[in-house]
Amino acid sequence: MSRTLADGATAGTAGTAGTAEAVGPVGAVEAAAGLARPVEPGIDPGPANAGRGVGPRRFLLFLLRRPGLLASVLVLVLVVLAAFWPGLFTSQDPLHGVPAENFRSPGGGHWFGTDELGRDVFSRVVHGAQLSLKATLIAVGFAFVVGGLIGLVAGFVGRWVEDVLMRFVDVLLSIPSLFLSLALVTALGYGTVKVAVAVGIASVAGFARVTRAEVLRVRQAVFVEASRSCGARWYSVLGRHVLPNAAGPVIVLATLEFGAAILAVSSLSFLGYGAPPPAPEWGTLISDGRNYLANAWWLTALPGLAIAATGLATNRIARALDGEWSRQR
Amino acid sequence: MRLYVVKRLAQALGVLWAAYTVSFLVLDYLPGDPVSAMAGAGADTGQVDPAQLAALRHEYGFDKPILAQYADYLGRAVRGDFGDSVSTGRPVTATLADALPQTLQLTGAALLLAVFLGGGLAVLATYTTRRWLRQLLLSLPPLGVSVPTFWVGLVLVELFSFRTRLFPAFGNDGLRGLVLPAVTLAVPTGALVAQVLAKSLFTALDQAYVETARAKGAGRLRIRLRHALRNASLPALTVVGLLAGQLIAGSVVVETVFSRDGLGRVTAAAVTVQDIPLVQGVVVFGALIFVAANLIVDLVYPLLDPRIVVAASRKVRPA
Repeated sequence: MSRTLADGATAGTAGTAGTAEAVGPVGAVEAAAGLARPVEPGIDPGPANAGRGVGPRRFLLFLLRRPGLLASVLVLVLVVLAAFWPGLFTSQDPLHGVPAENFRSPGGGHWFGTDELGRDVFSRVVHGAQLSLKATLIAVGFAFVVGGLIGLVAGFVGRWVEDVLMRFVDVLLSIPSLFLSLALVTALGYGTVKVAVAVGIASVAGFARVTRAEVLRVRQAVFVEASRSCGARWYSVLGRHVLPNAAGPVIVLATLEFGAAILAVSSLSFLGYGAPPPAPEWGTLISDGRNYLANAWWLTALPGLAIAATGLATNRIARALDGEWSRQR
Repeated sequence: MRLYVVKRLAQALGVLWAAYTVSFLVLDYLPGDPVSAMAGAGADTGQVDPAQLAALRHEYGFDKPILAQYADYLGRAVRGDFGDSVSTGRPVTATLADALPQTLQLTGAALLLAVFLGGGLAVLATYTTRRWLRQLLLSLPPLGVSVPTFWVGLVLVELFSFRTRLFPAFGNDGLRGLVLPAVTLAVPTGALVAQVLAKSLFTALDQAYVETARAKGAGRLRIRLRHALRNASLPALTVVGLLAGQLIAGSVVVETVFSRDGLGRVTAAAVTVQDIPLVQGVVVFGALIFVAANLIVDLVYPLLDPRIVVAASRKVRPA
């Protein structure tokens, strides 16, 4: 089990390749699967939370004992709030600038300063959360659904179907994910949604591999055999036993992929393939600010902090989930 | 051993072929018309003559059925001909070959930095007996994989080019110009190497042979460098193989940030003008790097651990 979990973690943090066995050797891939496993002796999850029922009080205690995790959850909550209700954080218009107030450095009036047109950078970052979060969710959702289906079918059906599907996944893994995304952007065109889909397709492979591994593991479990021998139909075996038990690591992977997708989406929009100029997508903000690097550091540094904080937070949460899930079994 | 090599080579070729096919499929479903883009690039304004379009289409083979196009292109690709760039008209292979040396310098330097810094971090984290230092060191890799590469690059430029003027911010000139881009590209890779190596070092240090070495009087550093590292380096080596393609791809962002000439900038430009043959060449090249790196890694494994050949020749693919 830990192997499949780690497998997922790998694909996630690498943001890409995962543990490709396309051309990888047997034993070492298995060993390398431990990639992004929590390597934090300090925050080792204690046995205090063993057991299934995790009440709200326990959950709170669990969080309070881990300040890093608590901060991560807070960051993510803030980002989600900013995406849905940007008005909560700022009353300034992200698109409307006051030319007389351009290039103000960060301070009381403008937390993140103002840009070349006098637009408030903080407000742009807050409003940009919506675009960036949307793109990230689409990317992860796409990869989750498509990759999950491929892995599910491969693991459940087996035989030649599995061979065909998994060889296809191997090929996807062999193309560096940024190149694959770029090829898709070339084919699909520019825009937030298209970039999101491109990133999503490029991360299908990781989901397919983890889902398949989990389905294979669960399928061999005694309770599945028992349910089969009791005459359960394949779909009820799938829905009642295989899916719920295989879901855990895939959800952990989804959390990890979320952080990776934020990076990938913002890289593509940094390169200029995201939303067109006035839109305050996070990657676009940084590439705009790049022209004024010499005299206005805040235009690049502060939006970048938003991306980094979000990525770091999801990584930390994924690690916590990972530990949680493995303890549940 | 020979059988092992042959099998690996055959697999590598298969993956390359499949990668070519995938790139063909992706780029062939392009909604935009490459030919009109190409003709449009020549004539800035106004209509393009339909007859001329048809002629161009014929010249590039876009008027044939897909399967025929595929067979045609594949045949040429096998011979190393990926067609001509739509925007410049130069052969794709020549364009890539021209851009490659700069990018190989960059990625090579980044790889070295990543392995030595990442590896050093991991060894130091297992070596130190100070808890706070270990915690600090182990908290760096997750940070390294979470920050956007382009942002790291820009912050470095801000600090070391504009504030202190230690290194040039842009361009390809010499070693000094290579420092910042290589460091930028090395951050995510080094972080992953450090994560993997630290984990497997911790595991290796629990093994019985370490106990034996300790009992025989080996020092802490000697145990780590001579005994544990060799065993722990296999997973890290795998990761390096997997990351080779990512490094090349990472050059797209890094070269854009630092305005360096190279494969990455060629790629970015090709995507911007929808230069399909060039993008396809890049995609296949990326797969080639990935496959080649993994091949090399596979051939190095037996040197580190002779047992691997035995296992691999029994069964090449894991179930």
